[in-house]
Amino acid sequence: MKLNKLLVCLVFSSFGMVSAQEYFPKHDGVKVKNNNFYAFTNATIHTSPSQTLQNATLLVHDGRVVSVGTSVQIPANSVVKDLSGKHIYPSFIDAYSNFGAKKPKRASSNGRSAQYEPSREGFYWNDHIMSDQNTIEGFSFSKKDAEKLLQSGFGVVNSFVSDGIVRGTGTLVSLNLDASNSVRVLSNKSAQYFSLSKSITSNQSYPTSLMGSLALLRQFYADSKWYAQGKSQTKDRSIEAFLSNKSLPQIFEAGSLDNLLRVDKLGDQNAVQYTILSGGDSYKNPQKVKASGATLIVPLDFPKAYDVSNPAEAEILSLEQLLEWNQAPSNPKVLEENGIPFAFTAHKLKNPKDLLSNMRLAVAYGLSKNKALEALTTAPARILKQSNIGQLKAGYLANFLITSGDLFEADTKLFQNWTQGTAYVIEDENDVDIRGNYSLAIHSTNLKLEISGSKDKPSVKVFKDSIKLNSKFNYADSWMELSVDNEDKSAKYLLSARIDKAGSFSGMGIATDGSDFKFTATKDANADQKSDKGQQYNTHELMPVSYPNKAFGNIQLPKQQTILFKNATVWTSEAAGILEHTDVLVKDGKIAKIGTNLSARNAQVIDATGKHLTAGIIDEHSHLALSAVNEAGHNSTAEVKMEDAIDSNHPGIYRSLAGGVTSLQLLHGSANPIGGRSAIIKTKWGATADELVYENSPQFIKFALGENVKQSNWSSYSRFPQSRMGVEQLFVNYFQRAKEYDKAKKAGKDVRYDEELEVLAQIINGERFISCHSYVQSEINMLMKVAEQFGFRVNTFTHILEGYKVADKMAEHGVGGSTFSDWWAYKFEVNDAIPYNAAIMQREGVTVAINSDDAEMNRRLNQEAAKTVKYGGMSEEEAWKMVTINPAKLLHLDHRVGSIKEGKDADLVLWNDHPMSVYAKAEKTLIEGAVYFDLEEDLAKRKTLQKQKGELMQMMLQEKLLGKPTQKPKTQETKYLSCETL
Amino acid sequence: MTMKKTRIISTLLLALVVLVVKAQQTPGAKQTQPISIVGATAHIGNGEVLANATLVFENGIITAIGDANTPTKGTVIDASGKDLYPGLIALETSLGLVEVDAVRASDDEDELGDFIPHVRSQIAYNAESKVIESMRPNGILLAQVAPKGGIISGSSSVMQLDGWNWEDATVKADDAIHLNWPSSFSRGRWWLGEDPGLKTNTNYPKQVAAIKEFLEQAQAYNKASSTERNQVLEATAGLFKGTQSLYINADTQQEIIDGVQTAKGLGIDRIVIVGGTMAYKITDFLKENNVSVAVAATHKLPPTEDADYDFYYKLPKLLSDAGINVGIHTMDKANFQTRNLPFFAGQVVGQGMDKEEALGMITLKAAQMLGIDDHYGSLEVGKSATLFISNGDALDMRTNQLDAAYIDGRSLSLETHQTTLYKRYSGKYGH
Repeated sequence: MKLNKLLVCLVFSSFGMVSAQEYFPKHDGVKVKNNNFYAFTNATIHTSPSQTLQNATLLVHDGRVVSVGTSVQIPANSVVKDLSGKHIYPSFIDAYSNFGAKKPKRASSNGRSAQYEPSREGFYWNDHIMSDQNTIEGFSFSKKDAEKLLQSGFGVVNSFVSDGIVRGTGTLVSLNLDASNSVRVLSNKSAQYFSLSKSITSNQSYPTSLMGSLALLRQFYADSKWYAQGKSQTKDRSIEAFLSNKSLPQIFEAGSLDNLLRVDKLGDQNAVQYTILSGGDSYKNPQKVKASGATLIVPLDFPKAYDVSNPAEAEILSLEQLLEWNQAPSNPKVLEENGIPFAFTAHKLKNPKDLLSNMRLAVAYGLSKNKALEALTTAPARILKQSNIGQLKAGYLANFLITSGDLFEADTKLFQNWTQGTAYVIEDENDVDIRGNYSLAIHSTNLKLEISGSKDKPSVKVFKDSIKLNSKFNYADSWMELSVDNEDKSAKYLLSARIDKAGSFSGMGIATDGSDFKFTATKDANADQKSDKGQQYNTHELMPVSYPNKAFGNIQLPKQQTILFKNATVWTSEAAGILEHTDVLVKDGKIAKIGTNLSARNAQVIDATGKHLTAGIIDEHSHLALSAVNEAGHNSTAEVKMEDAIDSNHPGIYRSLAGGVTSLQLLHGSANPIGGRSAIIKTKWGATADELVYENSPQFIKFALGENVKQSNWSSYSRFPQSRMGVEQLFVNYFQRAKEYDKAKKAGKDVRYDEELEVLAQIINGERFISCHSYVQSEINMLMKVAEQFGFRVNTFTHILEGYKVADKMAEHGVGGSTFSDWWAYKFEVNDAIPYNAAIMQREGVTVAINSDDAEMNRRLNQEAAKTVKYGGMSEEEAWKMVTINPAKLLHLDHRVGSIKEGKDADLVLWNDHPMSVYAKAEKTLIEGAVYFDLEEDLAKRKTLQKQKGELMQMMLQEKLLGKPTQKPKTQETKYLSCETL
Repeated sequence: MTMKKTRIISTLLLALVVLVVKAQQTPGAKQTQPISIVGATAHIGNGEVLANATLVFENGIITAIGDANTPTKGTVIDASGKDLYPGLIALETSLGLVEVDAVRASDDEDELGDFIPHVRSQIAYNAESKVIESMRPNGILLAQVAPKGGIISGSSSVMQLDGWNWEDATVKADDAIHLNWPSSFSRGRWWLGEDPGLKTNTNYPKQVAAIKEFLEQAQAYNKASSTERNQVLEATAGLFKGTQSLYINADTQQEIIDGVQTAKGLGIDRIVIVGGTMAYKITDFLKENNVSVAVAATHKLPPTEDADYDFYYKLPKLLSDAGINVGIHTMDKANFQTRNLPFFAGQVVGQGMDKEEALGMITLKAAQMLGIDDHYGSLEVGKSATLFISNGDALDMRTNQLDAAYIDGRSLSLETHQTTLYKRYSGKYGH
């Protein structure tokens, strides 16, 4: 086989259709030109995904298609190939490949101290903006890699260096093994690539997070615009390169559904529609993907079934993992159904050869053949804005596959892959199928020879009468070789024969005694052909997708209902106090009426006798449901937004609901004096990140003081500030700059947009509020003084564990305190933290909330509120306000949530006991009148979970029995982040 | 006076003030007069409740407990409408070993080495710890203080939480040896580019074999009467004599079964499983082997994404309902959180466990696991007068309000560094 391939290659290289550049001199022979044609006749030709010609001819000359059709004139100087029974397809295109691109080299570590400055001069201030990187410059055509791709059916790939946030340009290259880069490089700069991951070639610290990457890109777009307008005083080669590549296709690596939506939003902000490398998870919310308007590049990579034969090992698998295996092969079908344009890529496939079998699997799951072919041919061509690849039409590159039949049939083989008129033989199509039963005559002995198995690698059994003889067999390159032992293994016969046609054959043999002989094999009957079917694409039953697509997800999102709670103990968190035997009517998402003997038509009536109804709990300080928490690359990161990092699938959201929590402020961490902007969300389990965020949300930002911002508890000594003295000066500096920026803007001066200063100016202007991580009294007092110096007020001190020491000053400044109930002793600066803090601050006139900063405590904030009764003797009514109306006030949301008042959002919790008792359970948690948590529903969900997992594991066991590849169980980890997570 | 001198003096003054403010509350004096507590609802600790009870203690020992007709002696404390409890007992704490988590200099809970049973928590116990004094106002009066880390972390001791020094505070020295059983799953080393999730730990059999080998050596050493002293192996003698318990930190079925079988096979009889996340699936096995389980503090996130939100809230009930002896440990929690022990127990009541049974997990059952139940853990005649009076239900945050507490009959101060600051600043504001 190998020899054959080599021969073919040699043949074509000497008579190559595509010769070197015509103006190049030749020194090793005579310079000639081959003007012959290739005519491929009698083939089924798929000229494009939508057109198939039967019994047609493809005429190729000089690397291009001359004509294709059923009445093609074949010039006399044509080499004619009869392809009767065979199919021709345009070869595949991968718009997302790293073929031949230079591998980025990881920068050597520079010790403990972070690098804040860029490594280069004359470029953008951030090394991870590598728009000046051009793949063509380090491009090296690898024959080995090219062969792998050719074997998988690819003819052209768009290759790029997979490194950096702005990654520069890719190169479009044809996989022609028999030409120089001058021929096969179709475009030096074919597309501009982006990602959210920074370069491994630079240690520059910023950005360290998802939201930092997005902020960096936003600022880079703004700076490029400024530069393009000629307003920059300095030269920047990164921006110049970026601007010159702006009209190229813009391809962004997102990788997951959440990132896809984030990336598309970035595009919208900058009037760019990216083509997006998605994950295989778009089926989880195709409507949102469709709404993005993006064309996707989809890895044809499906998870392997887990080997669940050991129950102890299988126990760690989550429903989400099992569902992903079950549902992922349907992703392409779902994309097609929803009219989402997409191309396939072999990116992420360990072996590009899996592409074809995965595509066939996708077809088995309902993807149409046309769409599948399109996704590998015309769709990537369209993404790359290329008009001469992806189809077989006159003038197009002669890039095509010759197959044994319909590409989507399980047993169809790829024979040849032609690029630019040059053949690459994937599988020798000339081998005769020798399978069958033969009567084998050696000397005078008559044996039975059964050849079966696959056509390419058949196996044999040799019998004498009914006794099976020991034998070895090989069949390749038109030669078959067989060794057979006699019954007692005392003698061996070696046989060989050249096979040129099917049927009986004969050849020569040598026996162990050195004698040679002739033999004949007379064919009796054809072997069973069914064994050649190869891989079967059997599908399993698809599980329904839920929101989110994991344990306790909702098949449908909860809907607003009209609900009448009868005879409850109602904790209003208002002046009305705690009302016994009271009814509350919920309608259209609002609290419609509070009273006694209420009735309402069509209302679902809930007997709340003996139960307690409260407003939903609000956690002023949370990092739940985030994919990242700190942008630790700079000491001020006002430009980053936690809204960019919301993880709407986080199981903590459901658990939060189970603890009666309906609103969270998701804060940036405490790594920096000036942190990022908050996301204020409702715990609407199943909604997307954008839907979780409050409409017209009040604008907040996290600040931090003390040990974390001066990096006291880890070994880092290179970043300002290292002391509380430095923290003050940092604030003064940033606010002064923001003030001047704002002044210049207001004076109508042409100011370079600086997102960080914009945000800080909002604080000075009272449009954005600070929630500041704080511990000791000195720093608390300091920030109030800095704020007063710049004419604004600090909104909230969070943690504020020594607030009780300066509660009078806080009250005077007008700042609120959001604190732990009883945490202390975990670091030096909380030595004087006392659980009476909340009570003292409250008595001194500070608005006080109890918060969690912890995914576990978050779901028990009712109990944490109760601790203020124990420590400091708060009244129960006041204590309860500390987790409802008080945090609502601190978040400027008290007009909407935080109490039971007519007209407010129906964010309510029904408790089976006194809401601050350790014994109490939330029975129902409502958000805007929709029941998001229900204790009974929870029990039902547990049952469904067990049932589904059982069924999915059965399917996986079945998969293993069928001999399909499996993987060992392993988990994905749920991230629980805290202030200090870097 | 020069500036420098002024500064030195004010620093000295400041240091004095700090010392005065931060000094530990003085331990209670030995009981000299009989004390009778009358009118309280007495929660015995063994599941029983006695309404309108009278309890008398003399010389640190309970001499009578009964209904309102029980004769009183000495000072009579009227606790009508209040609740009387045995002192709460915390398992697997690092009280006295760590003062401030993030300050390395204040951390004495983890010594170098994999098999170090000879390392003893008792002598590192800082009786002056401010964290310890914050336990008493919540009713926690006794604690097992255990080292952490390594495979065999060392030996714990049981301490009472109102002592002048470690010697004085010791209730039972070297009560148990603490073994961290290897995990049957391991986490990928992400810094080497491995998947950070959990997968089967392929080194598990090797790690288990290493523990078995160590315990076999220990058993052999302790059988001989005279051989060259080996302080490491010697420290395990109590395990084989039945005077010391083996606390095995294990979570999955396989880990628990392997741990128990290994120990039992070597003649170690007193076994407590610490953690025991999946223990509810093998309760028959645990019962057959007479193994107790100290579950994690219930205020803990569920072990997996698919687990019920109330998994750890109800775990003690699942075990207890199956007849397992259950206690609650706090080793996963920051040190200061141990004061929430009564609420960790209270949380299970919301899952349907009887209140007195929940109390038992942090009193009598815990005492049994520690082998101190002949003196502590319940309000019974002949036992130590280690008890407290609360204004209400001590398992609920709102009502856990202590009036008085006693250890061995000594009346304790319920003041702490925190109450001192509370009073100081309330005074400043005139509240």
